[in-house]
Amino acid sequence: MHEFSIAVNIVDIAIDHALKANASIVNEVELEIGELSGVVYEAMETAMEMAIKGTILNNSKINIIRIPGKGKCVSCNSEFELHNLFDPCPECGAFCPEVLSGKELRIKSLNVD
Amino acid sequence: MCGTCGCGQPEDAVKILKPGEEEHNHSYSHDHKHDHEGEDHSHDHNHSYSHSHKHDDLNHKHDHDQHQQHHEHDHEHHHDEEHHHDHNHHSHDHDHSHGGRQIEVEQNALMQNDMAAQRNRGYFEGKGLLALNLVSSPGSGKTSLLEKTIKLVKDKTKIFVIEGDQQTMNDANRIDAAGAPVVQINTGNGCHLDADMVNKAVKKLDIMDQGILMIENVGNLVCPSLFDLGESKRVVIISVTEGDDKPLKYPTMFETSDICIINKTDLLPYVDFDVTKAREYASRVNPGLKFFELSVKTEEGMKPWIEWLMNKQKELTA
Repeated sequence: MHEFSIAVNIVDIAIDHALKANASIVNEVELEIGELSGVVYEAMETAMEMAIKGTILNNSKINIIRIPGKGKCVSCNSEFELHNLFDPCPECGAFCPEVLSGKELRIKSLNVD
Repeated sequence: MCGTCGCGQPEDAVKILKPGEEEHNHSYSHDHKHDHEGEDHSHDHNHSYSHSHKHDDLNHKHDHDQHQQHHEHDHEHHHDEEHHHDHNHHSHDHDHSHGGRQIEVEQNALMQNDMAAQRNRGYFEGKGLLALNLVSSPGSGKTSLLEKTIKLVKDKTKIFVIEGDQQTMNDANRIDAAGAPVVQINTGNGCHLDADMVNKAVKKLDIMDQGILMIENVGNLVCPSLFDLGESKRVVIISVTEGDDKPLKYPTMFETSDICIINKTDLLPYVDFDVTKAREYASRVNPGLKFFELSVKTEEGMKPWIEWLMNKQKELTA
């Protein structure tokens, strides 16, 4: 359940940004979470629901944008969908591609009042 | 609520203790001494002991929310009286706030931990300390490896240990008996150590310049992988009594590690573990991974590990 500590961190960062912008309520939080980031989406959703309780995010809509994994083969340079870190290149079979996307664990934006 | 795993325990459930300090455990458990006969015992104050950053902010927000609710309450009371016009307007504004303002944040969710980890890293480098973060499943032999390592290096260099477990001082007591200064972090229900816990533990450890700091993480191959502690190297340990496909099941841990120790090799004749396969799987996610195959029990294969440790430590101070 490391998702919960991540959720608490997200809530802290959101509160920090909201207060700096003189906001008192956060209406929506937009998160970008990659397929290869090491968190389970469902657990992340539950964790966020728990972590926002009693904060200015209490009634926020949590919008998780799922970023698909994408790799670039280090041998043949082809780009492909990467669902697991150990997936080989579909063209040449080489392992360990450069990860182009899917590692994101990011707070993208807030909507506040 | 605990900031590590979301369980019901208060945040101060994380304990950082040296061997012999166990008796302090009790002081944390009951926060609410106030009137039990009375109607209300507000539990809000549990957080006042908390030693970390996070929940202070959250508590502030509590107030805000309550204010808002009070506001609306007031308005309803005034409804049947003469000046309800103004008030209705007021509450309207508050409730329907779909438009809102957009704030672009674009920030890594683990930024706080990453920054704390970098601070630790700088401190370790300045001290000439080789800091290793030892991660594995429960039962792979991390503590036994540490005991043996302490025995083999303590005449050559200083070695310090931070033990991470959910509960008990057992591991710290074992390390203490092996002859190394040690601090135990009990995470309560928490499933991993974070940089802030390590920072606090290091302050208790009276650490000296130039040596090795071993940080034994909570036994778990999932959660610790995302939390940088500021270590110089991350060491993942698997034992041959586990499946040789561990690296495929927990790729993130192998991807983020620098060293992979395959332990309990003395048991290889009795198990189905295929060392070549395990190494190949781990190399798929991390071709740079360096392997040590050893048996803590028989000490076979311990020598290259100890030599590597000593060389890395020397490099730091060179």
